[in-house]
Amino acid sequence: MASIKECLSEFAHVARHPEEQLKKYRSQGMKAIGCTPYYAPEELIEAAGMVPFGLWGKAGVPKKAREYFASFYCSLAQMNMEMALDGSLDGLSAVLFSVLCDTLRPASQNFKVGADIPMLFLAHPQNRRTGYGVTYFAQLLENLCTELEKISDRPIGEEDIRRAIRIYNENRREKRRFCTLCAEKAGLISAVDRHLVMKASYFMRKEEHSRLLRELNQALEAAAVPDFSGFRVVTSGILLDSEKLLQLFDQYQLAIVGDDLAQESRGIRVDAAEEGDPIRALALQFSRQNQDPLLYDPTIYSRSSYIKRLIRDSHADGLVQIMMVFCDPEELEFPDLSRAVSEAGASLLKLSYSHEMVDFGQAETSLETFAAMLSEKREMGT
Amino acid sequence: MDEVYTLGVDVGSTASKCVILRDGREIVALSLVPYGAGSSGPGRAIEEVLEKAGKTTSEMAEILATGYGRKQLTIAEQSMSELSCHARGAHFLFPGVRSVIDIGGQDVKVLSIGPNGMLENFVMNDKCAAGTGRFLDVMAHILELRTDELADYAECAQKEIIISSTCTVFAESEVISQLAAGCDKADLIRGICVAIASKVAGLARRIGVRDELVMTGGVAHNRAVRNALAEALGHPIKSHEYCQHVGALGAALFAWQRCHKLAAENSN
Repeated sequence: MASIKECLSEFAHVARHPEEQLKKYRSQGMKAIGCTPYYAPEELIEAAGMVPFGLWGKAGVPKKAREYFASFYCSLAQMNMEMALDGSLDGLSAVLFSVLCDTLRPASQNFKVGADIPMLFLAHPQNRRTGYGVTYFAQLLENLCTELEKISDRPIGEEDIRRAIRIYNENRREKRRFCTLCAEKAGLISAVDRHLVMKASYFMRKEEHSRLLRELNQALEAAAVPDFSGFRVVTSGILLDSEKLLQLFDQYQLAIVGDDLAQESRGIRVDAAEEGDPIRALALQFSRQNQDPLLYDPTIYSRSSYIKRLIRDSHADGLVQIMMVFCDPEELEFPDLSRAVSEAGASLLKLSYSHEMVDFGQAETSLETFAAMLSEKREMGT
Repeated sequence: MDEVYTLGVDVGSTASKCVILRDGREIVALSLVPYGAGSSGPGRAIEEVLEKAGKTTSEMAEILATGYGRKQLTIAEQSMSELSCHARGAHFLFPGVRSVIDIGGQDVKVLSIGPNGMLENFVMNDKCAAGTGRFLDVMAHILELRTDELADYAECAQKEIIISSTCTVFAESEVISQLAAGCDKADLIRGICVAIASKVAGLARRIGVRDELVMTGGVAHNRAVRNALAEALGHPIKSHEYCQHVGALGAALFAWQRCHKLAAENSN
C-alpha cells in the first residue's frame, strides 16, 4: 500500500501538470475532450473511449482573451478562452461547453468563433425535474452521443455507458469518502493537498484516479486522528483553485472539513442508476442535482437547508464563501447563504476570488482576522 | 511592578502610525507619518514616537505591528491584522462600541463588536478604491485642494451634485465634466462625500450596524463624510481625535495583553 505522502505527491503532480497527462493519453492513442463547468456528462466521453479533461481556467491575467471579453467578465470563462488561444488546449479533439450560467452561454459563442477547437454545445435544462425536462435532456444526451461517436469514430453502446456510469459512481464514492476522512481527521490533510486530490481527477481517467484515491483513503483510514487545535471550516462557491490562497488556510490553521464548491463536491453528490436505460439514468441524475446557486430551485431554500446541514454534520466553526468576482448567481444567493450560516451558529467570511489574483494581501488579512475571531469565540465559549 | 511600555505600529497603505502605551492603560505618545508600506514611513514614525515618549526600543516590553505592511516590519516581535486591532482600539476608546467603520487609504472595513469588545463579524470592501481615502485624494487633486480642506467646502454647499459611487475613475471623469460645465465646487464636494457615504453604507448594511457606531481611520477626520454616512445609515457616528491611530492603539493593547499573559505564565 502506498503511503499518504506518495499518493498525495502523485495527485499533486497530475493537478499541477495537466499538459503532461494530455500528452501521455495522446501518446497512448486516446483522444481527449475538454469539459467546461458545470455538470458535464463525462460518462459519455468515457463510454466513447476518450478522456474528459476539465477546463476550469488557470491562474493568470488574460491577454489574448481580452479581444473577446470585457474586463468585467468571469475570469474562469476568460481564462478558458485564453488557454484555447495560447495553445494550452492543443491536443484536445473538442471542447464540450456546458452553459448552465448566463455568463458561460455567451462565452460559448465567443469560444466557437475564436478558438480553433471543435465545440460541442450542451444546454442543460433548468426545468430538469419535470418529465418533459428529463425527456428533453435525455434527447440532448442522445445527440451528444452522436457527436462523440463522430469524433471517436466508434459507436457508443448502452453497455459502454453503463460501464462508464459504474466507473464514475465509484469515483464519486471514493471522493466523498476522502472528503469525509478529511473532516474526521482534520489537520491530517492540508487544504492544498485536499484540493489537489480533487483537482487531479479532472486530468486522469477516473479508473486511475479511483485506484490511487482508494489507496489514499485506506492509508488515511489507518492513520491516527491528529491532535488538531485549529478551526474547522467549510468552503462554498465556484472554485478555490489557488495554492497561494489555500496555503493561507493552512497557515492560519483553517482545516477544510467540507465543501460546497462547484469544482469539488457539488458535482459528486448524486450518482446515476447503474441499471436500465443509461441515457435516461444520466438525465435523471442531473434532474436530482440541487442545492446549487446555478440550478433553478422551485423551493428556493433547499440550498440554505443543505448549507446548515453541511455545517452541522462537519462540525464546522465557520464557512468561507469564495466569491468569484463578477459571478452573479453566487452574489445573488449570498444574503440567503449568510442567513443560513448565522442560523447554523457558525461564522462567515466572504473572500473575493479571481484567476487574475496576484496579490493575496487582503485575502491574508481576512483569513488571519477570521482565525483570530474564531479563536476569541472559542476562548469566550460562545 | 515596573511600568510596562508597549508599542503598536500600524503600517498602512498611505500612512504609518505609532502609539506607545503605559501598562495597557495610558497613551504616552503618538506619531503619524504620511508614508506607508514600502516607504521610510514606518521607521520614521517609530523614531518619532520614541522621541516623544523619551524612550528607546529596548525599553518597549513588546512591539506589535498591524496594517497592510505588518509582515515586513522586522522590528516587531508579533503582528496582527488591522481588523482585530481596530476592534480592540475602538473598544478602548469607546467601551460601548458595537460597530466600527474604518475607512483607510485603500480599503474599507466594517466590524461588528460584541458587548465584551470581542470581534463578532466583519466585512471588507472588494479591491476597489471607491469609498476609500484614495477616492477623496483623487477628487481633492482634481479640485486643486488639500484633502483636509474638503469638509469645509462641503459645509458651504447649497445643493448636492450627484456623483457616481461605483468607480473612482468614472467619478473622477464625472467631476471633471461638472467642473468644465461650471458647477459650484462646494456642491460637487458635497456630492463626493455623499457618494463615499453611499458606498460605505451599502457595505455596512451587509453585516448590520448597531449603536454605538464608531468611525476610525483617516477619513473619520472629514466631518462631511462622517455626517453623510450617519445620515445614510440612520445612526449617529462617534469619532475621536485619535481616530487615525486606532489600529496602532489596538496593536499596543494586544502587545500589552501578550506581556501580561507571559508574566502570568512565568509567575505560575
